[in-house]
Amino acid sequence: MTALKLDRVCKSFGKVQVLHDIDLAVEEGEFVVFVGPSGCGKSTLLRVIAGLEDATSGRVEIGGAEVTRTPPAKRGIAMVFQSYALYPHLDARGNMALGLRQEGQPKGVIAERIAEAARILSLEPYLDRRPAELSGGQRQRVAIGRAITRQPRLFLFDEPLSNLDAALRMNTRIEIAQLHRTLGASMIYVTHDQTEAMTLADRIVVLRDGRIEQTGSPMELYNDPANRFVAGFLGAPSMNFLRPVSAAPEGAVLGIRPEHLRPEPDGPIRGAIAHVERLGGDTNIVVDTESGEQATIRMFGQHPAKVGEPIAMGFDARHAFHFDAEGRRLRNG
Amino acid sequence: MPAARQSPLNSFAAHAALIAYTLIALFPVFVIVINSFKSRQAIFREPLALPDAESFSLIGYQTVMKQGDFALYFQNSLIVTLASLFFILLFGAMAAFALSEYRFRGNLLMGLYLALGIMIPIRIGTVAILQMMVATGLVNTLWALILVYTAQGLPLAVFILSEFMRQVSDDLKNAGRIDGLSEYRIFFRLVVPLVRPALATVAVFNMIPIWNDLWFPLILAPAEEVKTLTLGSQVFIGQFVTDWNAVLSALSLAILPVLVLYVIFSRQLIRGLTSGAVK
Ligand SMILES: Nc1ncnc2c1ncn2[C@@H]1O[C@H](COP(=O)(O)OP(=O)(O)OP(=O)(O)O)[C@@H](O)[C@H]1O
Ligand SMILES: [Mg+2]
Repeated sequence: MTALKLDRVCKSFGKVQVLHDIDLAVEEGEFVVFVGPSGCGKSTLLRVIAGLEDATSGRVEIGGAEVTRTPPAKRGIAMVFQSYALYPHLDARGNMALGLRQEGQPKGVIAERIAEAARILSLEPYLDRRPAELSGGQRQRVAIGRAITRQPRLFLFDEPLSNLDAALRMNTRIEIAQLHRTLGASMIYVTHDQTEAMTLADRIVVLRDGRIEQTGSPMELYNDPANRFVAGFLGAPSMNFLRPVSAAPEGAVLGIRPEHLRPEPDGPIRGAIAHVERLGGDTNIVVDTESGEQATIRMFGQHPAKVGEPIAMGFDARHAFHFDAEGRRLRNG
Repeated sequence: MPAARQSPLNSFAAHAALIAYTLIALFPVFVIVINSFKSRQAIFREPLALPDAESFSLIGYQTVMKQGDFALYFQNSLIVTLASLFFILLFGAMAAFALSEYRFRGNLLMGLYLALGIMIPIRIGTVAILQMMVATGLVNTLWALILVYTAQGLPLAVFILSEFMRQVSDDLKNAGRIDGLSEYRIFFRLVVPLVRPALATVAVFNMIPIWNDLWFPLILAPAEEVKTLTLGSQVFIGQFVTDWNAVLSALSLAILPVLVLYVIFSRQLIRGLTSGAVK
């Protein structure tokens, strides 16, 4: 059964159309991540799914039932917000209980579900604290707990980690991945952090300007991007876009990932080293090419490269992508 | 703010200015209160002297109490002020929530229309209001005053509160909607507690003008049984003789309830005024 089906969903605010004909199906148990640059409509799409915004046109189905006009509480979803959005006047337990009480669940069930969520998220010591007495990470765990206790058919996350510091973000990311395995629930997760997208997703949906650019597993998108936008969006450092070195149509662009470039004495791309980033495990070399472009090479391990030195680079043809002037992928190019 | 706090000179200057202002503001109140405890001759002989054994007199308070209906006036004033504040806060907050939360046609126009009331004094409409009250039979009832004061306070209340409500996190309201809270519960349980400082501000701004108003009680409710304190005190001010003891005693008593209300609201008010700086 499909957990979520979107059928030609459009959303406009006044005259501004923010979402254009979004078609999407999410399978039961799937972890789908929406990525895209700021303002591309990720949050809006999530809010349309949640029912916090009405779609201007199109159909939304959750768990096989049409919910296009159903209020959020009756859609069988739970949502985790970037700003935690905990009820400030309730303690952690009260925050988790409120939705269940609204549903009219008996006390025993509520207590049981809260205990279960607290166990999964190691929240037991904090149940009697109010949000103001919790750290950012604990607040976000309470917010996730509030979502779990409702046992929704579909979890929605809107950039849940972006208010956390780097170390906590990684821990919580792992927790969310484990949560997904434990619960086996369907989840939709919005982020503009591509590491989160790549590491969490079963399937990534790349959005730009309210349109779906491409959907697929992280590796499909990484290895086989449909266009220049997707190719440049995924991967860090991002893909190099250079003038083609072989015969190519007018305006075409060569795309090559930093890890696929390598120093090669008689390589086709020549330039001078402009900057070196040493990360210990990796070394990123930024090169100003003779054709006036900038390219990044990513090499494993540590290298004695010096700023200002001349360098020549080569690559395997099977790792090269070509895009036309509009950014579409040229196959067999 | 922290920088200002650290510099002793700045801190001294700030406190000196505030203390000077406090003294100036409190001086008339002080004079009223001390003179209310003096005999008539003592008031005129040495208006600034504290009451001593010789000049001490409760004659003013005795006159006021004997005047009979004083307790009733007091009660009327209290009812009018509290009821007006209640309605201003309730309707003001609800209108502000609607304007700040919902997108509907005419939202902006409605906001402007309500804001217009801030600029136009309600007294301009006194004649029309009186005609309306006569037509509805509300003349000489406390409701006449409550309705007028509510109307008078609403524009500014809506204006201030909608600004504050715009700042309440959308995510919080949406979390409530997903948890199945009704819009009313979201309003009363989530939004109102978060704008409490703003509510206190609005209450304080409205409380004193309502309590002190003489205009509308005189025109809309001059009957004995609905007189407010301000109007009731006028009996001591005659065209030829004024019973200063009684006037000063009445004024001293009138300050008390405002003071109590102010103390109740001020904790919230201070939180509101400083929340931006401290948080
Ligand atoms: N209530 C609204 N009224 C008018 N325009 C809106 C409204 N909400 C969002 N928009 C517009 O819709 C577009 C998409 O916004 P959205 O919040 O979905 O972006 P996003 O992809 O989540 O961005 P971010 O990564 O910054 O969160 C933006 O251009 C925004 O200005
Ligand atoms: Mg967003």
